[in-house]
Amino acid sequence: MGYQWDFATVLSYWDVLLGGGLATLRLFAVTVTLGLGGGLVMGMLRHAGSPVLRYPATAFVELFRNTPVLVQIIWFYFALPVLVPFDISPFLASAMGITLNTIAFSSEIFRGGIQSMERGQWEAAKAIGMNHAQTMRRIILPQAIKRMLAPLTNRGIEVFKMSTLASIVSYPEVLNQAKLIASMEYNPIESYTTVAIIFFVVLFPIVQATYVLERRFGKSD
Amino acid sequence: MSDPGLLRLIADLGFLLPGLLNTLKVTGMALLFGVPIGLLLALGRLGGIRPLRVVCAFVIEFFRTTPPLVQLFWFFFALPILINVEMTPFIASVVTFSIQSSAFFAEVFRGGINSIDKGQWEASKAIGMTRGQTLRRIILPQAVARMIPAFAERSIELLKTTTLVSTVSFADLMFRANDLAQRTFRPLEVYSAVALIYFTVILLFSQGAGAVERRLARGSDTMAR
Amino acid sequence: MQPIVQVQDLHKNFGSLEVLRGIDLDVTEGETVVLLGSSGSGKSTLLRCINFMEEPSSGIIRLHGKAVGQQRNGRTVYRGAELCKLRTRIGMVFQHFNLFPHMTVLQNVMEGQVTVLRRSREEAEAKAMKQLARVGLDEKAREFPARLSGGQKQRVAIARALAMDPEVMLFDEVTSALDPELVGEVLKTMRQLAEEGMTMICVTHELGFAYHVANRVTFLHQGQILEEGTPQEVLGAPKAQRVREFLEGHSLFKLPG
Repeated sequence: MGYQWDFATVLSYWDVLLGGGLATLRLFAVTVTLGLGGGLVMGMLRHAGSPVLRYPATAFVELFRNTPVLVQIIWFYFALPVLVPFDISPFLASAMGITLNTIAFSSEIFRGGIQSMERGQWEAAKAIGMNHAQTMRRIILPQAIKRMLAPLTNRGIEVFKMSTLASIVSYPEVLNQAKLIASMEYNPIESYTTVAIIFFVVLFPIVQATYVLERRFGKSD
Repeated sequence: MSDPGLLRLIADLGFLLPGLLNTLKVTGMALLFGVPIGLLLALGRLGGIRPLRVVCAFVIEFFRTTPPLVQLFWFFFALPILINVEMTPFIASVVTFSIQSSAFFAEVFRGGINSIDKGQWEASKAIGMTRGQTLRRIILPQAVARMIPAFAERSIELLKTTTLVSTVSFADLMFRANDLAQRTFRPLEVYSAVALIYFTVILLFSQGAGAVERRLARGSDTMAR
Repeated sequence: MQPIVQVQDLHKNFGSLEVLRGIDLDVTEGETVVLLGSSGSGKSTLLRCINFMEEPSSGIIRLHGKAVGQQRNGRTVYRGAELCKLRTRIGMVFQHFNLFPHMTVLQNVMEGQVTVLRRSREEAEAKAMKQLARVGLDEKAREFPARLSGGQKQRVAIARALAMDPEVMLFDEVTSALDPELVGEVLKTMRQLAEEGMTMICVTHELGFAYHVANRVTFLHQGQILEEGTPQEVLGAPKAQRVREFLEGHSLFKLPG
């Protein structure tokens, strides 16, 4: 093999990569909080008694689970501006696509967690006079959260990886920066390997944590 | 929203549909390679040889923690330089997604195999079976039925993930959509239509997988413990 | 006459937990031995060491006088292939049956014969039907295990073990998971086997079976043999205090007469 690996060149652009990393983190922070938070609300809507709440929620979830994230991002970046009077930045398009997608997927985790609680818990709460909201808040959710930790962490990992899709609409996250470096220095091997290693190093401990959570609290996804 | 005219709509659809075919082609090929590789990785991970276990675990973890887009770029831009081969978008896509999906399939296999009652291993061991015989005759036949939902889910995920191949200029549905949108200056109609196409195809596959699952569940009523 | 199974100074540790602390046990051909003891006494572990479902930490086990394993640097080393072959000569029946749910009763009894002993399908089927008839279940041959009662499942498990033509049969609390009214049919089958001359080692709580069918009763406590003798001796006139306490705990058992 005659190729000479040279990481020094890539690493000399550490400030560029760092900027990319921060952009990745910014996108991740927004999408994961809104995505999981919205997912909780959506999950409860899907579990709701009244069809007026349930059907739209189900339609939303089905739409955003059965279309690819990239299609969603591209739609928000190219198609939505036709409908609305303001500009959609790469950040906004990516954030919207990933967030809505995450809401749809995590709502299923929440719904599953809520549904997996035995009926006996609902009945016991009802018998002491609790209403639906109180039962949710004091009895069901605290117990369900434990079972949902592992699948939710998995979802978080997926969201983190999805941030790379933003590079396709030119949001300057870390993969985008690597592409830039690669085009300037003609070293795609080192550039892309570096990005892969960055993701691996960041996510590997979290994946291990998921295994621990799985073992302690039960199955994931 | 102005009406592009029915004929034009049909022409546009005619342009998009070969893209859909290409999407299905890549997904199909990736599945064809990904499932067996996933099984091998899972067996390596569960097996008795320590170095093999470590290597398989590493491969699985690495391809699950790195984003598919990074993997695709690496296989398309980086690998050809490293090993001096011609890498077409199609080959790069199939290689990337075969390996990427195999890592996830390996976990499905591992989950399925582990979900089989330990007593089955005991009984097989007691009549003198080796690990290999036990896996082949007793464990895997039972595990496969349980893994079908997860397989279906993973396959559909794969179908969605292959939209990334448009970024390396493989002419899948997404790529053709980009092309069409740029040419006709009608991103709203084009991308909405594409979203609808993906939605329909995926929904069909989901329902199909659900039906297969239900039929197998009925047939395996006799298999319940 | 040389014992068919000889256990010499058997020790078994699980990590720092010493479960077996030096067991010596000889079983002659045709003998039925019952292992008794409270939970944690090591009786199941001892049984599982005999067919190497668990690997001994130290000590020697001999089958027909020949030691299992090879001596290397003062330790015994066991090769997987040797143990697999050994397990075809010793049959084991489990508390939770462990039948193969994706195969019919007949296929369950044929599986070991075909895959491990490499008998032809015709030979295996004939032998399987013979063993199923022996336990009284030949009419259920084409059923799946899910359709059988617990007692029937356990008898199929016995047939599955017998189809391998073992020299010794090990029974690990085989009636403990059964509804009381189904226990009888399994014990009846085991009694029949004993009378036909099968060498059997049983871990059980069925003191009636021990009294009426066993040739020898061995009482284990904390990994060692506390008392050993005929059923009349150990169950009728136990010498050790602990054995007396154990029997009193099983208040359902009353000495005949």
